[in-house]
Amino acid sequence: MSTSIAEPVAGHAAAPDAAGTATPRLSIRNLDFYYGANRALKSVFLNLPDRTVTGMIGPSGCGKSTLLRCMNRMYDLYPGQRATGEILLDGSDILSPSIDLNHLRSRIGMVFQKPTPFPMSIRDNIAFGVKLHERLSKGDMDERIEWSLTRAALWDEVKDRLGSLATGLSGGQQQRLCIARSIAVRPDVLLLDEPTSALDPISTLKIEELIDELKQDFTIAIVTHNMQQAARCADQVAFFYLGEMVEVGPATQMFTAPTERRTQDYITGRFG
Amino acid sequence: MPENAEHIVKSFEQELKRLRVLITEMGGMVESQVAMASRAMIEKDAALASRTVEFDPKVDAMEREVEQYVIRLLALRQPMAQDLRVIVASLKITGDLERIGDYAANVAKRSLVLDQFSLPYTLTGLAHMSELVQENLKRVIDAFGEDDTEKALHVWRSDEVIDQIYNALFRELITYMMEDPRNITPCTHLLFIAKNLERIGDHATNIAETVYYAVTGQPLSDARPKGDTSAYAVVRPPA
Repeated sequence: MSTSIAEPVAGHAAAPDAAGTATPRLSIRNLDFYYGANRALKSVFLNLPDRTVTGMIGPSGCGKSTLLRCMNRMYDLYPGQRATGEILLDGSDILSPSIDLNHLRSRIGMVFQKPTPFPMSIRDNIAFGVKLHERLSKGDMDERIEWSLTRAALWDEVKDRLGSLATGLSGGQQQRLCIARSIAVRPDVLLLDEPTSALDPISTLKIEELIDELKQDFTIAIVTHNMQQAARCADQVAFFYLGEMVEVGPATQMFTAPTERRTQDYITGRFG
Repeated sequence: MPENAEHIVKSFEQELKRLRVLITEMGGMVESQVAMASRAMIEKDAALASRTVEFDPKVDAMEREVEQYVIRLLALRQPMAQDLRVIVASLKITGDLERIGDYAANVAKRSLVLDQFSLPYTLTGLAHMSELVQENLKRVIDAFGEDDTEKALHVWRSDEVIDQIYNALFRELITYMMEDPRNITPCTHLLFIAKNLERIGDHATNIAETVYYAVTGQPLSDARPKGDTSAYAVVRPPA
Protein backbone atom coordinates (compact mmCIF):
# COMPACT_ATOMS: atom_id res chain seq x y z
CA MET A 1 0.00 0.00 0.00
CA SER A 2 2.69 2.45 1.03
CA THR A 3 4.50 2.04 -2.28
CA SER A 4 1.45 3.00 -4.29
CA ILE A 5 0.92 6.00 -2.05
CA ALA A 6 4.56 7.01 -2.32
CA GLU A 7 4.06 7.64 -6.00
CA PRO A 8 1.08 9.95 -6.29
CA VAL A 9 -1.17 8.62 -9.01
CA ALA A 10 -4.74 9.30 -10.03
CA GLY A 11 -7.09 8.17 -7.30
CA HIS A 12 -4.51 8.80 -4.63
CA ALA A 13 -2.58 11.92 -3.74
CA ALA A 14 -2.85 13.41 -7.19
CA ALA A 15 -6.63 13.15 -7.35
CA PRO A 16 -7.46 16.63 -5.97
CA ASP A 17 -5.52 18.25 -8.77
CA ALA A 18 -7.13 16.05 -11.33
CA ALA A 19 -10.57 16.66 -9.84
CA GLY A 20 -10.49 20.43 -9.79
CA THR A 21 -8.57 23.29 -11.23
CA ALA A 22 -7.62 24.56 -7.77
CA THR A 23 -3.95 24.44 -6.82
CA PRO A 24 -3.01 22.95 -3.46
CA ARG A 25 -2.76 25.48 -0.66
CA LEU A 26 -1.39 22.91 1.69
CA SER A 27 0.53 19.93 0.47
CA ILE A 28 1.42 17.02 2.73
CA ARG A 29 4.25 14.87 1.46
CA ASN A 30 5.48 11.61 2.88
CA LEU A 31 4.44 12.56 6.40
CA ASP A 32 5.21 10.21 9.28
CA PHE A 33 4.26 10.97 12.85
CA TYR A 34 5.43 9.35 16.06
CA TYR A 35 4.01 9.38 19.57
CA GLY A 36 7.25 8.20 21.15
CA ALA A 37 7.93 4.89 19.43
CA ASN A 38 4.37 4.55 18.10
CA ARG A 39 4.10 5.44 14.42
CA ALA A 40 0.69 7.06 14.14
CA LEU A 41 0.91 8.28 10.55
CA LYS A 42 2.52 6.29 7.78
CA SER A 43 3.87 8.18 4.77
CA VAL A 44 0.79 10.27 4.15
CA PHE A 45 0.42 12.22 0.93
CA LEU A 46 -2.47 14.66 0.68
CA ASN A 47 -3.15 17.95 -1.08
CA LEU A 48 -5.60 20.53 0.25
CA PRO A 49 -6.67 22.55 -2.80
CA ASP A 50 -7.15 26.26 -2.26
CA ARG A 51 -10.61 27.29 -1.06
CA THR A 52 -12.08 23.83 -0.90
CA VAL A 53 -13.21 21.63 1.96
CA THR A 54 -11.30 18.42 2.60
CA GLY A 55 -13.13 15.92 4.78
CA MET A 56 -11.15 13.37 6.75
CA ILE A 57 -12.90 10.22 7.86
CA GLY A 58 -11.86 6.98 9.48
CA PRO A 59 -12.36 5.00 12.67
CA SER A 60 -11.10 6.31 16.02
CA GLY A 61 -7.35 6.13 16.28
CA CYS A 62 -6.76 6.12 12.54
CA GLY A 63 -4.65 9.27 12.63
CA LYS A 64 -6.95 11.94 11.25
CA SER A 65 -6.80 14.18 14.32
CA THR A 66 -3.06 13.59 14.50
CA LEU A 67 -2.81 14.87 10.96
CA LEU A 68 -4.68 18.05 11.90
CA ARG A 69 -2.34 18.50 14.86
CA CYS A 70 0.59 18.28 12.46
CA MET A 71 -0.80 20.98 10.23
CA ASN A 72 -0.34 23.68 12.85
CA ARG A 73 2.41 22.00 14.89
CA MET A 74 0.19 21.49 17.95
CA TYR A 75 2.34 18.47 18.77
CA ASP A 76 5.30 20.77 19.46
CA LEU A 77 3.85 21.33 22.91
CA TYR A 78 4.44 17.71 23.84
CA PRO A 79 7.90 16.18 24.22
CA GLY A 80 8.42 12.83 22.53
CA GLN A 81 6.13 13.60 19.61
CA ARG A 82 7.71 14.23 16.24
CA ALA A 83 6.88 14.41 12.58
CA THR A 84 9.00 13.66 9.52
CA GLY A 85 8.27 14.52 5.92
CA GLU A 86 6.97 17.79 4.58
CA ILE A 87 3.88 19.93 4.96
CA LEU A 88 4.08 22.73 2.45
CA LEU A 89 1.98 25.83 3.02
CA ASP A 90 2.20 27.83 -0.19
CA GLY A 91 5.43 26.03 -0.93
CA SER A 92 7.30 26.47 2.35
CA ASP A 93 7.71 23.63 4.81
CA ILE A 94 5.93 24.30 8.11
CA LEU A 95 7.69 21.39 9.79
CA SER A 96 10.98 23.25 9.48
CA PRO A 97 12.46 24.13 12.92
CA SER A 98 13.04 27.73 11.83
CA ILE A 99 9.34 28.46 11.34
CA ASP A 100 7.73 31.03 13.66
CA LEU A 101 5.02 29.03 15.42
CA ASN A 102 2.92 32.02 16.44
CA HIS A 103 2.86 33.23 12.90
CA LEU A 104 2.11 29.73 11.64
CA ARG A 105 -0.88 29.38 13.97
CA SER A 106 -2.25 32.69 12.81
CA ARG A 107 -2.14 31.36 9.25
CA ILE A 108 -3.60 27.97 10.15
CA GLY A 109 -6.47 28.26 12.61
CA MET A 110 -8.03 25.39 14.51
CA VAL A 111 -11.42 24.69 16.07
CA PHE A 112 -11.90 21.75 18.41
CA GLN A 113 -14.62 19.25 19.17
CA LYS A 114 -15.73 20.99 22.36
CA PRO A 115 -16.23 24.74 22.21
CA THR A 116 -13.32 26.42 24.01
CA PRO A 117 -14.33 30.02 24.68
CA PHE A 118 -11.93 31.98 26.91
CA PRO A 119 -13.48 33.05 30.23
CA MET A 120 -13.82 36.64 29.07
CA SER A 121 -16.28 38.76 27.13
CA ILE A 122 -17.40 37.91 23.61
CA ARG A 123 -15.55 40.95 22.30
CA ASP A 124 -12.31 40.04 24.10
CA ASN A 125 -12.50 36.44 22.87
CA ILE A 126 -12.20 37.76 19.32
CA ALA A 127 -9.77 40.58 20.07
CA PHE A 128 -7.37 38.40 22.06
CA GLY A 129 -5.82 36.61 19.08
CA VAL A 130 -5.90 39.66 16.83
CA LYS A 131 -3.90 41.72 19.38
CA LEU A 132 -1.12 39.13 19.33
CA HIS A 133 -0.45 39.76 15.68
CA GLU A 134 -1.76 43.18 14.77
CA ARG A 135 -1.99 46.60 16.34
CA LEU A 136 -5.41 47.94 15.41
CA SER A 137 -7.17 51.14 16.34
CA LYS A 138 -10.36 50.72 18.35
CA GLY A 139 -12.42 51.44 15.26
CA ASP A 140 -10.55 48.88 13.19
CA MET A 141 -10.80 46.33 15.97
CA ASP A 142 -14.56 46.86 16.26
CA GLU A 143 -14.80 46.42 12.54
CA ARG A 144 -12.76 43.21 12.67
CA ILE A 145 -14.93 41.86 15.50
CA GLU A 146 -18.11 42.59 13.56
CA TRP A 147 -16.62 41.10 10.40
CA SER A 148 -15.57 37.84 12.00
CA LEU A 149 -18.79 37.44 13.99
CA THR A 150 -20.78 38.12 10.84
CA ARG A 151 -18.76 35.61 8.86
CA ALA A 152 -19.36 33.08 11.63
CA ALA A 153 -23.12 33.76 11.44
CA LEU A 154 -23.22 34.90 15.05
CA TRP A 155 -23.33 38.70 14.80
CA ASP A 156 -27.10 39.11 14.88
CA GLU A 157 -27.37 36.95 17.98
CA VAL A 158 -24.68 38.68 20.05
CA LYS A 159 -24.31 42.22 18.71
CA ASP A 160 -26.21 43.69 21.68
CA ARG A 161 -24.16 41.88 24.30
CA LEU A 162 -20.57 41.89 23.12
CA GLY A 163 -19.49 42.72 26.67
CA SER A 164 -21.12 39.70 28.30
CA LEU A 165 -19.25 36.52 29.14
CA ALA A 166 -18.72 34.15 26.26
CA THR A 167 -19.24 31.18 28.54
CA GLY A 168 -22.88 32.23 28.88
CA LEU A 169 -23.58 31.44 25.22
CA SER A 170 -25.22 28.19 24.13
CA GLY A 171 -23.00 25.35 22.92
CA GLY A 172 -23.75 26.05 19.27
CA GLN A 173 -23.10 29.76 19.74
CA GLN A 174 -19.86 29.06 21.59
CA GLN A 175 -18.66 26.91 18.71
CA ARG A 176 -19.49 29.62 16.19
CA LEU A 177 -17.65 32.07 18.47
CA CYS A 178 -14.60 29.80 18.31
CA ILE A 179 -14.84 29.81 14.53
CA ALA A 180 -15.16 33.61 14.58
CA ARG A 181 -12.08 33.77 16.82
CA SER A 182 -10.13 31.58 14.40
CA ILE A 183 -11.02 33.59 11.34
CA ALA A 184 -10.52 36.97 13.09
CA VAL A 185 -6.76 36.68 12.52
CA ARG A 186 -7.54 36.03 8.85
CA PRO A 187 -5.82 32.67 8.45
CA ASP A 188 -5.29 30.87 5.15
CA VAL A 189 -6.33 27.48 6.40
CA LEU A 190 -9.00 26.48 8.90
CA LEU A 191 -8.75 23.13 10.68
CA LEU A 192 -11.99 21.81 12.18
CA ASP A 193 -11.69 18.81 14.46
CA GLU A 194 -15.17 17.32 14.80
CA PRO A 195 -16.65 20.79 15.15
CA THR A 196 -20.26 19.64 15.53
CA SER A 197 -20.00 16.41 17.49
CA ALA A 198 -21.03 18.16 20.73
CA LEU A 199 -23.82 20.18 19.15
CA ASP A 200 -27.55 19.75 18.64
CA PRO A 201 -28.87 19.14 15.09
CA ILE A 202 -29.86 22.75 14.38
CA SER A 203 -26.53 24.16 15.58
CA THR A 204 -24.87 21.47 13.48
CA LEU A 205 -26.73 22.63 10.39
CA LYS A 206 -25.71 26.22 11.10
CA ILE A 207 -22.05 25.20 11.29
CA GLU A 208 -22.40 23.23 8.06
CA GLU A 209 -23.95 26.24 6.35
CA LEU A 210 -21.09 28.30 7.74
CA ILE A 211 -18.48 25.91 6.33
CA ASP A 212 -20.11 26.31 2.95
CA GLU A 213 -19.81 30.09 3.27
CA LEU A 214 -16.28 30.11 4.63
CA LYS A 215 -14.81 28.00 1.88
CA GLN A 216 -15.10 30.99 -0.43
CA ASP A 217 -12.27 32.59 1.57
CA PHE A 218 -10.48 29.79 3.39
CA THR A 219 -9.01 26.39 2.74
CA ILE A 220 -10.74 24.05 5.16
CA ALA A 221 -9.93 20.63 6.57
CA ILE A 222 -12.62 18.96 8.62
CA VAL A 223 -12.40 15.79 10.67
CA THR A 224 -15.77 14.23 11.25
CA HIS A 225 -17.27 10.95 12.35
CA ASN A 226 -20.49 11.77 10.62
CA MET A 227 -20.29 10.33 7.14
CA GLN A 228 -23.30 12.24 5.87
CA GLN A 229 -21.72 15.42 7.13
CA ALA A 230 -18.52 14.69 5.22
CA ALA A 231 -20.61 13.93 2.13
CA ARG A 232 -22.51 17.20 2.50
CA CYS A 233 -19.67 19.55 3.40
CA ALA A 234 -16.56 18.28 1.72
CA ASP A 235 -15.36 18.69 -1.85
CA GLN A 236 -12.82 15.94 -1.45
CA VAL A 237 -12.73 13.22 1.17
CA ALA A 238 -9.77 11.26 2.50
CA PHE A 239 -10.20 7.96 4.30
CA PHE A 240 -7.65 6.99 6.95
CA TYR A 241 -7.10 3.63 8.53
CA LEU A 242 -4.41 2.60 11.00
CA GLY A 243 -2.29 5.63 10.19
CA GLU A 244 -2.47 5.17 6.44
CA MET A 245 -4.33 7.35 4.04
CA VAL A 246 -6.20 4.65 2.17
CA GLU A 247 -8.04 6.67 -0.44
CA VAL A 248 -8.80 10.26 -1.39
CA GLY A 249 -11.25 11.41 -4.02
CA PRO A 250 -14.13 13.74 -4.82
CA ALA A 251 -16.81 13.43 -2.11
CA THR A 252 -19.48 12.30 -4.55
CA GLN A 253 -17.33 9.46 -5.76
CA MET A 254 -16.16 8.42 -2.30
CA PHE A 255 -19.68 7.95 -1.05
CA THR A 256 -21.27 6.37 -4.10
CA ALA A 257 -18.43 4.31 -5.56
CA PRO A 258 -15.18 4.25 -3.56
CA THR A 259 -12.39 2.26 -5.18
CA GLU A 260 -10.85 0.71 -2.07
CA ARG A 261 -12.48 -2.20 -0.31
CA ARG A 262 -11.58 -0.84 3.14
CA THR A 263 -13.22 2.50 2.36
CA GLN A 264 -16.38 0.78 1.23
CA ASP A 265 -16.51 -1.47 4.30
CA TYR A 266 -16.02 1.49 6.61
CA ILE A 267 -18.52 3.89 5.12
CA THR A 268 -21.21 1.25 4.74
CA GLY A 269 -20.80 0.20 8.36
CA ARG A 270 -19.26 -3.22 7.75
CA PHE A 271 -15.98 -2.74 9.53
CA GLY A 272 -15.04 -6.11 10.95
CA MET B 1 -16.26 -9.53 -6.51
CA PRO B 2 -15.50 -10.99 -3.10
CA GLU B 3 -18.34 -11.54 -0.66
CA ASN B 4 -19.13 -8.48 1.43
CA ALA B 5 -18.35 -8.49 5.10
CA GLU B 6 -21.43 -8.41 7.30
CA HIS B 7 -22.91 -5.15 8.49
CA ILE B 8 -22.32 -4.18 12.08
CA VAL B 9 -26.07 -3.52 12.28
CA LYS B 10 -27.57 -6.94 11.63
CA SER B 11 -31.08 -5.67 10.99
CA PHE B 12 -29.77 -3.55 8.10
CA GLU B 13 -28.09 -6.63 6.67
CA GLN B 14 -31.41 -8.46 6.83
CA GLU B 15 -33.27 -5.55 5.28
CA LEU B 16 -30.86 -5.52 2.33
CA LYS B 17 -31.34 -9.25 1.88
CA ARG B 18 -35.10 -8.84 2.01
CA LEU B 19 -34.91 -6.13 -0.64
CA ARG B 20 -33.07 -8.52 -2.95
CA VAL B 21 -35.65 -11.20 -2.24
CA LEU B 22 -38.46 -8.78 -3.07
CA ILE B 23 -36.88 -7.87 -6.40
CA THR B 24 -36.18 -11.47 -7.38
CA GLU B 25 -39.73 -12.42 -6.39
CA MET B 26 -41.15 -9.60 -8.45
CA GLY B 27 -38.83 -10.62 -11.30
CA GLY B 28 -40.20 -14.16 -11.06
CA MET B 29 -43.78 -12.88 -11.17
CA VAL B 30 -43.08 -10.79 -14.25
CA GLU B 31 -41.16 -13.61 -15.93
CA SER B 32 -44.11 -15.93 -15.57
CA GLN B 33 -46.46 -13.19 -16.70
CA VAL B 34 -44.48 -12.81 -19.93
CA ALA B 35 -44.39 -16.59 -20.37
CA MET B 36 -48.14 -16.85 -19.84
CA ALA B 37 -48.84 -14.05 -22.31
CA SER B 38 -46.69 -15.68 -25.00
CA ARG B 39 -48.25 -19.07 -24.49
CA ALA B 40 -51.76 -17.62 -24.54
CA MET B 41 -50.95 -15.93 -27.84
CA ILE B 42 -49.35 -18.93 -29.52
CA GLU B 43 -51.76 -21.55 -28.24
CA LYS B 44 -54.79 -19.27 -28.59
CA ASP B 45 -55.64 -19.90 -24.95
CA ALA B 46 -58.19 -17.26 -24.00
CA ALA B 47 -58.45 -18.38 -20.37
CA LEU B 48 -54.70 -18.10 -19.92
CA ALA B 49 -54.73 -14.67 -21.57
CA SER B 50 -57.37 -13.47 -19.11
CA ARG B 51 -55.35 -14.79 -16.19
CA THR B 52 -52.30 -12.93 -17.48
CA VAL B 53 -54.20 -9.66 -17.51
CA GLU B 54 -55.56 -10.32 -14.03
CA PHE B 55 -52.00 -10.81 -12.84
CA ASP B 56 -51.19 -7.16 -13.37
CA PRO B 57 -52.55 -5.68 -10.12
CA LYS B 58 -50.34 -8.09 -8.17
CA VAL B 59 -47.24 -6.81 -9.97
CA ASP B 60 -48.33 -3.22 -9.35
CA ALA B 61 -48.81 -3.95 -5.66
CA MET B 62 -45.35 -5.47 -5.56
CA GLU B 63 -43.89 -2.34 -7.11
CA ARG B 64 -45.50 -0.21 -4.42
CA GLU B 65 -44.17 -2.51 -1.74
CA VAL B 66 -40.61 -2.23 -3.07
CA GLU B 67 -40.93 1.55 -3.36
CA GLN B 68 -42.08 1.90 0.21
CA TYR B 69 -39.33 -0.39 1.40
CA VAL B 70 -36.68 1.58 -0.48
CA ILE B 71 -37.93 4.90 0.91
CA ARG B 72 -37.82 3.45 4.39
CA LEU B 73 -34.27 2.18 3.92
CA LEU B 74 -33.07 5.49 2.52
CA ALA B 75 -34.62 7.44 5.37
CA LEU B 76 -33.60 5.20 8.23
CA ARG B 77 -30.21 3.85 7.14
CA GLN B 78 -28.75 6.64 5.03
CA PRO B 79 -26.89 4.05 3.00
CA MET B 80 -23.50 4.62 1.41
CA ALA B 81 -21.46 3.22 -1.48
CA GLN B 82 -22.58 -0.21 -2.66
CA ASP B 83 -25.52 -0.33 -0.27
CA LEU B 84 -26.74 2.96 -1.69
CA ARG B 85 -26.26 1.75 -5.26
CA VAL B 86 -28.13 -1.51 -4.65
CA ILE B 87 -31.03 0.28 -2.97
CA VAL B 88 -31.37 2.86 -5.72
CA ALA B 89 -30.95 0.12 -8.32
CA SER B 90 -33.84 -1.78 -6.72
CA LEU B 91 -36.04 1.26 -7.07
CA LYS B 92 -35.20 1.56 -10.77
CA ILE B 93 -35.51 -2.17 -11.43
CA THR B 94 -38.93 -2.37 -9.82
CA GLY B 95 -40.07 0.37 -12.23
CA ASP B 96 -38.69 -1.53 -15.22
CA LEU B 97 -40.34 -4.74 -14.03
CA GLU B 98 -43.67 -3.03 -13.60
CA ARG B 99 -43.47 -1.76 -17.17
CA ILE B 100 -42.60 -5.24 -18.41
CA GLY B 101 -45.69 -6.53 -16.63
CA ASP B 102 -47.80 -3.94 -18.44
CA TYR B 103 -46.40 -5.00 -21.81
CA ALA B 104 -47.08 -8.66 -21.01
CA ALA B 105 -50.68 -7.81 -20.11
CA ASN B 106 -51.01 -5.90 -23.36
CA VAL B 107 -49.74 -8.90 -25.32
CA ALA B 108 -52.35 -11.02 -23.57
CA LYS B 109 -55.16 -8.55 -24.32
CA ARG B 110 -54.25 -8.43 -27.99
CA SER B 111 -54.05 -12.22 -28.19
CA LEU B 112 -57.67 -12.29 -27.03
CA VAL B 113 -58.59 -10.09 -29.99
CA LEU B 114 -56.46 -12.16 -32.37
CA ASP B 115 -58.41 -15.29 -31.49
CA GLN B 116 -61.32 -13.88 -33.51
CA PHE B 117 -59.28 -13.89 -36.72
CA SER B 118 -58.00 -16.75 -38.81
CA LEU B 119 -54.35 -16.08 -39.50
CA PRO B 120 -52.96 -17.16 -42.87
CA TYR B 121 -49.45 -17.63 -41.43
CA THR B 122 -47.64 -19.11 -38.45
CA LEU B 123 -46.41 -17.26 -35.36
CA THR B 124 -42.97 -18.90 -35.32
CA GLY B 125 -41.14 -15.59 -35.56
CA LEU B 126 -42.99 -14.12 -32.61
CA ALA B 127 -42.57 -17.33 -30.63
CA HIS B 128 -38.83 -17.24 -31.20
CA MET B 129 -38.61 -13.58 -30.27
CA SER B 130 -40.60 -14.19 -27.12
CA GLU B 131 -38.26 -17.03 -26.11
CA LEU B 132 -35.22 -14.80 -26.45
CA VAL B 133 -36.88 -12.01 -24.49
CA GLN B 134 -37.81 -14.42 -21.70
CA GLU B 135 -34.28 -15.78 -21.57
CA ASN B 136 -32.88 -12.28 -21.22
CA LEU B 137 -35.39 -11.37 -18.56
CA LYS B 138 -34.59 -14.45 -16.51
CA ARG B 139 -30.86 -13.93 -16.90
CA VAL B 140 -30.95 -10.29 -15.85
CA ILE B 141 -32.98 -11.08 -12.72
CA ASP B 142 -30.40 -13.73 -11.86
CA ALA B 143 -27.65 -11.20 -12.53
CA PHE B 144 -29.15 -8.89 -9.92
CA GLY B 145 -29.66 -11.68 -7.39
CA GLU B 146 -26.08 -12.89 -7.79
CA ASP B 147 -24.26 -9.57 -8.39
CA ASP B 148 -23.14 -11.11 -11.68
CA THR B 149 -21.87 -8.46 -14.10
CA GLU B 150 -21.04 -11.06 -16.76
CA LYS B 151 -24.67 -12.12 -16.98
CA ALA B 152 -25.74 -8.48 -17.07
CA LEU B 153 -23.32 -7.76 -19.91
CA HIS B 154 -24.56 -10.82 -21.80
CA VAL B 155 -28.13 -9.51 -21.66
CA TRP B 156 -26.99 -6.04 -22.60
CA ARG B 157 -25.25 -7.29 -25.72
CA SER B 158 -27.84 -9.81 -26.85
CA ASP B 159 -30.71 -7.34 -27.12
CA GLU B 160 -29.52 -6.53 -30.62
CA VAL B 161 -30.68 -9.93 -31.88
CA ILE B 162 -34.16 -9.28 -30.52
CA ASP B 163 -34.22 -5.95 -32.31
CA GLN B 164 -33.26 -7.63 -35.55
CA ILE B 165 -36.03 -10.20 -35.27
CA TYR B 166 -38.42 -7.35 -34.60
CA ASN B 167 -37.31 -5.58 -37.77
CA ALA B 168 -37.81 -8.75 -39.79
CA LEU B 169 -41.29 -9.24 -38.31
CA PHE B 170 -42.14 -5.64 -39.03
CA ARG B 171 -41.36 -6.07 -42.72
CA GLU B 172 -43.11 -9.43 -42.90
CA LEU B 173 -46.31 -8.06 -41.36
CA ILE B 174 -46.29 -5.03 -43.65
CA THR B 175 -46.10 -7.43 -46.59
CA TYR B 176 -49.14 -9.39 -45.39
CA MET B 177 -51.08 -6.18 -44.98
CA MET B 178 -50.23 -5.09 -48.51
CA GLU B 179 -51.23 -8.47 -49.92
CA ASP B 180 -54.71 -8.39 -48.46
CA PRO B 181 -56.38 -5.51 -46.60
CA ARG B 182 -58.31 -8.01 -44.48
CA ASN B 183 -55.00 -8.81 -42.82
CA ILE B 184 -54.61 -5.26 -41.61
CA THR B 185 -56.46 -5.66 -38.30
CA PRO B 186 -54.80 -8.90 -37.11
CA CYS B 187 -51.40 -7.83 -38.42
CA THR B 188 -51.60 -4.50 -36.62
CA HIS B 189 -52.25 -6.38 -33.41
CA LEU B 190 -49.36 -8.70 -34.16
CA LEU B 191 -47.18 -5.70 -34.85
CA PHE B 192 -48.05 -4.21 -31.47
CA ILE B 193 -47.36 -7.56 -29.83
CA ALA B 194 -43.96 -7.66 -31.48
CA LYS B 195 -43.31 -4.09 -30.37
CA ASN B 196 -44.34 -4.98 -26.82
CA LEU B 197 -41.88 -7.86 -26.79
CA GLU B 198 -39.19 -5.61 -28.19
CA ARG B 199 -39.86 -3.08 -25.43
CA ILE B 200 -39.66 -5.82 -22.80
CA GLY B 201 -36.21 -6.58 -24.22
CA ASP B 202 -35.25 -2.93 -23.86
CA HIS B 203 -36.34 -2.84 -20.22
CA ALA B 204 -34.32 -5.99 -19.58
CA THR B 205 -31.36 -4.09 -21.03
CA ASN B 206 -32.07 -1.16 -18.71
CA ILE B 207 -32.03 -3.56 -15.79
CA ALA B 208 -28.72 -4.97 -17.03
CA GLU B 209 -27.23 -1.47 -17.01
CA THR B 210 -28.60 -0.83 -13.53
CA VAL B 211 -27.18 -4.11 -12.23
CA TYR B 212 -23.80 -3.33 -13.73
CA TYR B 213 -23.72 0.05 -12.02
CA ALA B 214 -24.93 -1.35 -8.70
CA VAL B 215 -22.16 -3.94 -8.65
CA THR B 216 -19.22 -2.00 -10.08
CA GLY B 217 -20.06 1.64 -9.39
CA GLN B 218 -19.26 2.38 -13.04
CA PRO B 219 -21.88 3.20 -15.65
CA LEU B 220 -22.07 1.01 -18.74
CA SER B 221 -21.09 3.16 -21.68
CA ASP B 222 -24.05 4.36 -23.68
CA ALA B 223 -22.67 2.92 -26.91
CA ARG B 224 -24.97 -0.05 -26.78
CA PRO B 225 -25.51 -1.81 -30.11
CA LYS B 226 -29.01 -0.83 -31.21
CA GLY B 227 -30.83 -2.82 -33.82
CA ASP B 228 -34.35 -1.39 -34.01
CA THR B 229 -34.43 0.50 -37.31
CA SER B 230 -38.15 0.10 -37.96
CA ALA B 231 -38.73 3.77 -37.18
CA TYR B 232 -37.06 4.51 -40.52
CA ALA B 233 -38.62 1.62 -42.46
CA VAL B 234 -41.29 3.59 -44.27
CA VAL B 235 -40.03 7.13 -44.40
CA ARG B 236 -36.31 7.73 -44.15
CA PRO B 237 -35.41 10.89 -42.27
CA PRO B 238 -33.75 13.52 -44.47
CA ALA B 239 -29.98 13.07 -44.33
